[in-house]
Amino acid sequence: MSKRVLIVGGGMGGTIVANGLARHLGDELRRGEVAITMLGDTDQHFYQPGLLYVPFGRMRESELSREQRQVLNRRVTFHVDPAKHIDVEKNQVTTDSGKTHGYDYLVLATGSRVMPQNIPGMVEGAHWFYELAAARKLRQALDTFQGGTIVVNVNAPHKCPVAPIEVTLMLHDHFRAKGMGEKVRLIYTYPIGRLHGLEPVANWVKPEYDRLGIAYETFFNTSKVDPAGKTISSEEGVDLSYDLLITIPPHQGAQVIDDSGLGKGGWVPTHPRTLHREGSTNVFVVGDTTNIPISKAGSTAHFEADTLIDNLVSLIVDGRMTRTYDGKVYCFLETGMKTGTYIWFDYETPPSPSPPTQMVHWLKLAYNRMYWLSARGLL
Amino acid sequence: MSERHRVDARGAMCPGPLMEMIAAIKLAAVGDEIEVLSSDRGTVDDIPEWVAKVGHRMVESVALDGYWSVVVKKAK
Repeated sequence: MSKRVLIVGGGMGGTIVANGLARHLGDELRRGEVAITMLGDTDQHFYQPGLLYVPFGRMRESELSREQRQVLNRRVTFHVDPAKHIDVEKNQVTTDSGKTHGYDYLVLATGSRVMPQNIPGMVEGAHWFYELAAARKLRQALDTFQGGTIVVNVNAPHKCPVAPIEVTLMLHDHFRAKGMGEKVRLIYTYPIGRLHGLEPVANWVKPEYDRLGIAYETFFNTSKVDPAGKTISSEEGVDLSYDLLITIPPHQGAQVIDDSGLGKGGWVPTHPRTLHREGSTNVFVVGDTTNIPISKAGSTAHFEADTLIDNLVSLIVDGRMTRTYDGKVYCFLETGMKTGTYIWFDYETPPSPSPPTQMVHWLKLAYNRMYWLSARGLL
Repeated sequence: MSERHRVDARGAMCPGPLMEMIAAIKLAAVGDEIEVLSSDRGTVDDIPEWVAKVGHRMVESVALDGYWSVVVKKAK
């Protein structure tokens, strides 16, 4: 009987796993010894990191998505039929259409979503760029902005931890290039007592903000937004007035995870090295879906996916695991419109940002185009 | 009935133990306790400082074998 691998979620993590397995198990797939099935909620594959550029008109929307069927290896069976209930005791997943899929190995790659509705007034009063429609709306707001105070507000938890710094520095360059530098005041808020979760990044960005005249408010956890009064307030008791509010909304995982009793908030308790769902030996978790206390970022999903591919191939072929995830994360960081830097770290090694260069900025732009090779498992 | 939630943030570089605790406290009910395990010595100062600003309640902070356990009660 063939081994059935079922992947729930068609984002970056699930897609890299599916394509990597299909490449390494080509012979087994041809002989019918292995079957790989993916359940997604859309027929499109979306490159989320590109959304950062949309408000500035630096990436075209057509560059951000491809048909998922075209991105997936042809030997992967793909259904646009989202999971409705995941039963890890019975080894089966029921979908919206009512179909039931059994599995020998399950990969949970259901990702995360923005939840601006969790904070009163945020939907009505704020802009964000983590979704396409919102990024379009922000682009329009930036185009018509005549000057004043822009608050860049960061909420926990959120994915892509460097994006708030990137958008702040890009906003600075954007308005300076338009000759509006003197008319725009930027204020950045962050939930903890420094400007970023990573202390070396916080230590790097503080003098940058000071040099550029970007104000900041730390220990700022948003309690409410008043769209009429154009004020944002924190649980710590601080009120800030704004003319334009750009928020990184709080995130949650997928509803199906909560509904299936697999993890509060949609985050699945996951072993940080084997990526097993805690309590399961045949259920693995990848990307934003885990509760591992590391960055929710595309590179995290990618490095976890590489680990999962090796282990699932070994389990199917040899009946054993072959390696563990070391916590590696690698992030490009735009430091304006013309320069960039990068950070990498793992469970043992803290990050150390390098001085920004034009070359790294170009590398990030190049990666934005090469992503499709990553998704196909070729890069 | 109040629950205790554990966040094992040992080795967490990013976003870090306090951010993990803030995320966990948002999902908890008033009266629940959040226990954060952290290998970062700074957590012992960071969490009480934030808890005092927001108005939650510190329950305990204990040094263990190479890491710290910090427990907070969600008060509002």
